[in-house]
This record gives sequence, C-alpha cells and structure tokens, in this order.
Amino acid sequence: MSANGHGGGRRAQMFQGGRRREGGGEPTVVPDPEFRSYYGRPVLKAPVWEWKIAAYLFSGGLAAGTAVVAAGADLTGRPRLRRASWLGSFAALLASMWFLVSDLGRPERFHHMLRVAKPTSPMSVGTWILTAFGPGVGAAAATELIPARWRRSWPARLLRTLSRPAGLFSAATAPGVASYTAVLLSHTAVPGWNEARGELPFVFVGSAAASGGGFGMLCAPLKEAGPARAFALAGAAGELVASRVMEHRMGLVREVYQQGHPARLRRASEVLTAAGLAGTALLAHRSRAGAAASGLALLAGSALQRFGVFHAGVESTKDPRYVVVPQRQRLNRG
Amino acid sequence: MTSRNRLSGPLDDVAADAGHHGHPDRVGFFTDTSVCIGCKACEVACKEWNAVPEDGLDLLGMSFDNTGMLGADSWRHVAFVEQARPLGPGAGPEDLGMPSFALPGDGTGAETRTDFRWLMASDVCKHCTHAGCLDVCPTGALFRTEFGTVVVQQDICNGCGYCVSGCPYGVIDRRQHDGRAQKCTLCYDRLGDGMEPACAKACPTESIQFGELDELRERADARLAQLHGLGVAEARLYGRDPNDGVGGDGAFFLLLDEPEVYGLPPDPVVPTRDAPAMWRRAGAAAAAFALAGVGAFVASTIGARR
Repeated sequence: MSANGHGGGRRAQMFQGGRRREGGGEPTVVPDPEFRSYYGRPVLKAPVWEWKIAAYLFSGGLAAGTAVVAAGADLTGRPRLRRASWLGSFAALLASMWFLVSDLGRPERFHHMLRVAKPTSPMSVGTWILTAFGPGVGAAAATELIPARWRRSWPARLLRTLSRPAGLFSAATAPGVASYTAVLLSHTAVPGWNEARGELPFVFVGSAAASGGGFGMLCAPLKEAGPARAFALAGAAGELVASRVMEHRMGLVREVYQQGHPARLRRASEVLTAAGLAGTALLAHRSRAGAAASGLALLAGSALQRFGVFHAGVESTKDPRYVVVPQRQRLNRG
Repeated sequence: MTSRNRLSGPLDDVAADAGHHGHPDRVGFFTDTSVCIGCKACEVACKEWNAVPEDGLDLLGMSFDNTGMLGADSWRHVAFVEQARPLGPGAGPEDLGMPSFALPGDGTGAETRTDFRWLMASDVCKHCTHAGCLDVCPTGALFRTEFGTVVVQQDICNGCGYCVSGCPYGVIDRRQHDGRAQKCTLCYDRLGDGMEPACAKACPTESIQFGELDELRERADARLAQLHGLGVAEARLYGRDPNDGVGGDGAFFLLLDEPEVYGLPPDPVVPTRDAPAMWRRAGAAAAAFALAGVGAFVASTIGARR
C-alpha cells in the first residue's frame, strides 16, 4: 500500500475505512482536492475530551445566562424569576464542576489548575473566571433556600446582605463564563474549532443567553418573565445568525459541520432554536404552556448546538485532509 | 527597537524567555532522514531508557511501520514510505525479461536503478520554540527546561488533555490507564548528566544528531547544500526556519519529499499566534451578552411601566 498518494489520499482512506461518508458518498459542494498523506492516517490527535466537556459547554452557558437574569430580576423586583434563576444557575454550576472534574485523567488533581494563572491558556483563564463566578452564585442560591423560620437569625440576615452584591458580582463575570469557552475550543490545532474562531464566541454567548432566558420562561410566571423573553429572543437570534455565518466563513473544514452526526445535531439545534424563538415572540407572553414549551425548545437547541460543534471538531482531526489541504494551499499562496 | 510578538515568530532565547538565568545553550535534534536505514534502534532505545509501556502489537500493513504514529507510548516513530518514482515523462511499462540468477543490487550505477525508493524517517516531538502544548497547559505541568526543551512534570499533570489538542503536530497524548499526558523529554535526565538522548546514542548511521541547536542548523544547511549539489533537488529542511508558524523547532528534519508524505503538517502554526484576536472576539461577544441582558431588563421595565 503506497503512500505516494497522488489523489490517493482520499482513496487510501476509503480503502482503509479511515473516513466515513454518510449517505452513500453524496458529492460535496467543494470538489475534492488532491493531497498526499501518510497512508491516509490522521496528522493530529483527536481531542481526549468526551461528552462531559460538550455537556459542560451547555451547563456553563446556562449558568451564565441564568445568573444575568437572576441579578436583573433582583434589581427590578421580580422575586420568582430571581429565585428560579439563582437556583438554576447554581444547579448548572454544580453540574459544570462535576463534568469538568470527572473528565480529567486524574480527577483528584483538579486543584492543580489553581497553581498557575496563564494568559496563554484559555483553560487557565477559565478556571479563574469560574472561581470568580461561583461563590456569588452559591451565596445567592443559599439565600433563596433559607427556610422561613431561620430567616431572622443573624447568619441568615448576614447572608442576605452579602448575597445581593455577591450575586451582582457573579452576574458581572457571567459574560466571561459565557464567552471564554469559545476561545477554549478555538485555541487549539483542531481545524474544525480553530477555523471557527471568528464567530464561535458569538454562537456561544447567543446560546447562553437563549438557554438562560429559556430557563426563566420555563420557571417563572408570565408577568415576571418579560426580561427572560427579551434575553432569550436576543440570544436565539444571535445564535442562529452567528452559526450560519460561522459555517459560511470556513474553508474546506466546513464539511465536518455539514456531514454526518455533527450536521444532524446542528440542524436539530437550528430547528429547535428557531421554534423556540418563534414561540417566545408569539406565544410566551400570553400562555404559560407556550412559554414553557418555548423555553424547553431553546434549552434543547442550545445543548444540541454545543454537542454539534464539539463533535464537528473531533471529526475534523480524524481526516488528514483538513490539516494538509488548507496548509498546503497557504504555502502555495506564499 | 523592534518589539517582537512573543506569542509567535522568532525567539532567540527560549529558556530565558521562560525565566531561566545562566542557562546552557539550547539543544535539540537534527534528524537527517536521507541516511536513516529504518532499523528502529531509536524506538527501542527510547522505550528502554524511559520505561515507556508497549502500546499494542499490531501489524498495520504500512510497509515496516507497525508503530503507526507518535503517542503517549511512542515517543519515537519510524515512518516508512515506499514510492514508485516514475522514470520520466512518457515512460511506459518496462519489460523485465525472464527471471535470472542475479541478485538484486548486484549491479551498480545509475543504469541498474529501478523506479522505486524508500523514505524512512524517525519522527519525534519537535520541542517547538512556541509550543502549542506548553502554551495551553493550565496546571503548569508542561514547562520549558533550561536546555530549551519542553517537558511534562508527571507529578503535576492532571490529565486535562488540553495539550493533546494544542499540538499542531499531533505528538502528545494522554496515556490510557494512567491519565497523564506523556511525550518525549529529550531525555532530560540524561542531559542533566551531560549525556546525549538515548535515541541519538543508539542511532547507527547518525541520522539522529544531537547537539546545540545553532550548530545543528549550520550542519543541516551544509548537508542540504551538499544534497542539492548531488542533484537531490527534493531534499528540504523542515522545522529549521525560525520564521515558521511555531518559531522553528528544537527537533528539525531533513526530508526528501513533502512533509505530508511523512505524516507531518505542511505549515503548522501554534494556536497561540491568534490568541489576541480570539480574546478580542470573545470580549466583543461578552459585551454583546451583557448588553442584551441589561437591555432586556431596561426594555421590560420600561414596557411594564407604560
């Protein structure tokens, strides 16, 4: 089996089963460029991250979105929206911590992340953003859960005094929580993530806002959920537009977003987010059931978007063409 | 005074940039693949010295390469590429005649050469000037040694796996059942005692040459000129240029064909090069997120008051 590979790249891969073509090999829009490779083997390593990191992308964004809604509800006298959103943010934060720590190769050493603060490492930056974000959410959620008979005790009154500024501080760091994960993915050699670096932050913050607003719509009564609806509308619209622009602006590697499992996830995400957006605009202000359904659609759409982007990136490392072709073209351009 | 972008581009003193004072000269590998005989002594010596576990007894069907690629349990990987070189334009099928008792290689000289050649190369971690793995490591486990090499501290690494995705060459990986990232250390323990790495010591043809990087680069330039003078026009240096996407490699190569034929990326770029632009985008997105949040409440509160 020769690695000579004039046009043999793709044939060699198919011969070795190295690249799956779903749907019986329908032709791609971009004509298949010839390239050479080493027996069709991948150049890069596939990410070692598993489904938990994709789940964290969703839960982290949800924690950020609900924190913003909760802080705003606190400042504008919307107590039931505030309560639901702080509790939701805290639950999403706990889930996020579990996803991140359990995905590590040595979970018991998770605290080693706190040894350094490295600006060149988005994971280090994110560790500190989350460290700043977390305590305020915890304090605010704890305040919401104080049983009535303890509310007048001095610890409870102290907590209630501290939790508003702490919660506001967390809400101020929430935009960082919502956006840094895009840099986390793009700051890699993974073609499917690196090529999307211009637009991915907007996809992710839109997704976070849509999920945060959607959660508010699901859990809060209609007359308090107005801001959640507005936030969800802005987020969903932004996510849909940014997602399309992102795909359009990529080169050859956009194939991984348009074929196979990642494409199915992203199409489903688009449908659900669009449905949620329509429901939010038309139904959610007058029907609690409509609001809940729209909220759920937005939450599901946000989750599927994250999983779709995650799996697209993983796929892009498995085929050498996404590394070799663009780089060779770049060299030939000089 | 020119201000160099220290995230990418040429960097004269990597060890000093990392904080070392009074450090020895930067060392690395020059792997001259034109003299590699594919014996795999380098793979064996590396595994022996570093106690690297075995990673599968496979027959991959890729000529003599049954290692496949670099990984957590393969810190040296010998690639074998069999190529049918065409004799020239318009060359048709060749009549080989009846089999004879002559042994292959009995004759010498250009007239006996057939259209076949074998490329063999020992791949290794490049110990880049701007190392993608090192830049993204969130625990500080990956660090720049005083020799200018890149090493993972095994007592710090918590197996987050970010380095695996940060490497544009696909070198480093997480070891199964261990959980930590592993890669070539350029025999950091041997360097400290003034010895050369195990692979360089074992290489019988001095395909793997170890020494001070500046001297290796001079040697490589001379070797390249020699090969070009002999008519080997395809010979090229890979990873030698400090102006490439990773600032030049500590372990660079002389190749006899395009890099992708050996499984190497043609134009690797350290992801950190684009970091400022990425963070600016994230900042803009974060601002949009905050604005949407504030705006949602302002609009709803105004709307409710009407």
